[in-house]
Amino acid sequence: MIAPETHVTIPKTTQQLFAGFYALLFASLTFATVISKEDYGYPITDRFAATVVGTPENYAAQLPQNIPFRQRSITIFPERVTPDVFFYGSKLLYSVALQDRKAPLIFLIAGTGASHNGSKNVNMARAFYQAGFHVVSISSPTFNNFVIAASQTGVVGHAEKDAEDIYRVFEMIWAELKTDIEVTSFNVTGYSLGGFNAAFVSKLDEERQTFNFERVLLINPPVSLYNSISLLDRMVDNIPGGVDNFDRFVDRLIHAYTTTYQESTVAAGDDFLYRAYRALDLKDEELAALIGTSFRISSSSLVFTSDVMADYGYIKPKGLPLDRYSDLTLYNEMSLRLGFTDYYHEFFYPYYSGDYPEEMRDQFIAAISLRSIEDYLRNSTKSP
Amino acid sequence: MKSILPHVATLVLALSLAACSSGPQPQPQAENYPEPVFTPKRLLPPDHADLTAVYDPWQGLNKRIYVFNYHFDQAVFLPVVRGYEAAVPSVGRTGVSNFFNNFEDMLTALNSALQLRPEKFLQSTGRVIVNSTVGLFGLVDVASEMEIPRPMEDFGQTLGHWGVGQGPYVVIPFLGPSNVRDGLGKIPDAYVQSTVKSDVLSEPLDLTTTILYPIDTRANTSFRYFENGSAFEYQMVRWLYSTKRELDVNQ
Repeated sequence: MIAPETHVTIPKTTQQLFAGFYALLFASLTFATVISKEDYGYPITDRFAATVVGTPENYAAQLPQNIPFRQRSITIFPERVTPDVFFYGSKLLYSVALQDRKAPLIFLIAGTGASHNGSKNVNMARAFYQAGFHVVSISSPTFNNFVIAASQTGVVGHAEKDAEDIYRVFEMIWAELKTDIEVTSFNVTGYSLGGFNAAFVSKLDEERQTFNFERVLLINPPVSLYNSISLLDRMVDNIPGGVDNFDRFVDRLIHAYTTTYQESTVAAGDDFLYRAYRALDLKDEELAALIGTSFRISSSSLVFTSDVMADYGYIKPKGLPLDRYSDLTLYNEMSLRLGFTDYYHEFFYPYYSGDYPEEMRDQFIAAISLRSIEDYLRNSTKSP
Repeated sequence: MKSILPHVATLVLALSLAACSSGPQPQPQAENYPEPVFTPKRLLPPDHADLTAVYDPWQGLNKRIYVFNYHFDQAVFLPVVRGYEAAVPSVGRTGVSNFFNNFEDMLTALNSALQLRPEKFLQSTGRVIVNSTVGLFGLVDVASEMEIPRPMEDFGQTLGHWGVGQGPYVVIPFLGPSNVRDGLGKIPDAYVQSTVKSDVLSEPLDLTTTILYPIDTRANTSFRYFENGSAFEYQMVRWLYSTKRELDVNQ
């Protein structure tokens, strides 16, 4: 949400408020696992607050503000006819920051529901570009544009199949880049779900060997995807009065947020979030509700996108065409009331189960875990 | 040549009227297809409130304008902004932004007066006086350095303050989300701004700034159509806009 070059001193339009509010909502999406180390040295001790707020400016690393971070687009499936309701998403958007000399290249994979130019990836791009890397940044396979343009099945959240989608994207991007740049080695990293993805991409690379990654860095990945999303799903229960009071809860947040926004003369960055958070004075349950709400908004969009792309008949009747002008209000309403766990049970498993009998459901879903490649991870020498 | 804004406002009116006559388009009916896993009946409580409801009787036309705005943004607006950012160094662009902000502050002063809000009136008037003099005709934002707060009031908010409701949601060509009240409110604001601007500036400068105004506004707006990852962007934007305007009026 945060554009790489936001240097305006006084936000002046409503649309910027959207950007800021989205940032507040989506700031929480790095949340995947709860760090148990007591003495982590992080300035914000409350785990929920730390999740929402990000790193206050004083503690943040000094990174270059102006790197040549450029957006590009690529067609992954030339034959694919994109459903008209997603007419804007047929090309996969990604970003690069390229050195003008021979250098190692690193791929960045964004976290759950996050985009290639979200604040986390932009910050990582700054760090790696400063350290001398060519940087290629891609959206999460759970990001709407990725599902539309680059997912083979449209039904995401499958460790191996997502890795195959990502690997295909890497290969096709590299095919375009290799005429322009010289590369000494390939590397891959990601945070949260992106870290999880990176592990499986690395495993796949051992077979395919297009890149022979030198280093693979997993930043705060969830061990079990299903456990993490169950946790996030349940956080919505913290909304006072339940999900049917979603609008009132968000109204209150926006109200408080707007107050801070109007009093503020800084751009909506992490430091602004920190001040907004201080001004809001949220209780732990409310922070949890905010994290849950953020995740729910993101997952509702993902679930609907998957449903349309696979034409599965999950909330949209199978075969019903939707175009760019269709009224999606009902689907928005419905998907906001469905958890990501519902998706795994009622859509994902039936879609992939094939020969698996119904009794296998829990094992099948539980297997979407780093434990399934534990031996590989233990024996790998690719960790930095 | 004064400003294009009044013309845009006229266009809004025309479109609002045109919208009245555009009926719903024939759509494939959901009940003619197999039931999905989750039906509205199964999922939504019988008396459920629409979580992100906004009065939008002209949705068919609004969505078309929204899509048009997206195409215009891609084909014209953003390329022009990129050219502007490449051609004019950052310090120059900040000066341009400050210059237009100064006019906005003037409108805020005016609208604060119309709403009988002395504090906001004094703050924004103070900003205009400081920035127009010490700040070299508004090019330097001295007032913010002096930490004078920057309230924002426009004529739409003034109407809201005196009890006028938002009315139906409207997507304005080129400009984006609005509603009937705020759309109409842009007309007096734009008129005052362009009148004052052409009074104080020579004709070539007036023309230059008229061209720069939309470019500067777009350059300072980080929003990108269909890039925020939401499959429900139209609804989300509509809801956030309406909520924001409601809060603006109440503040």
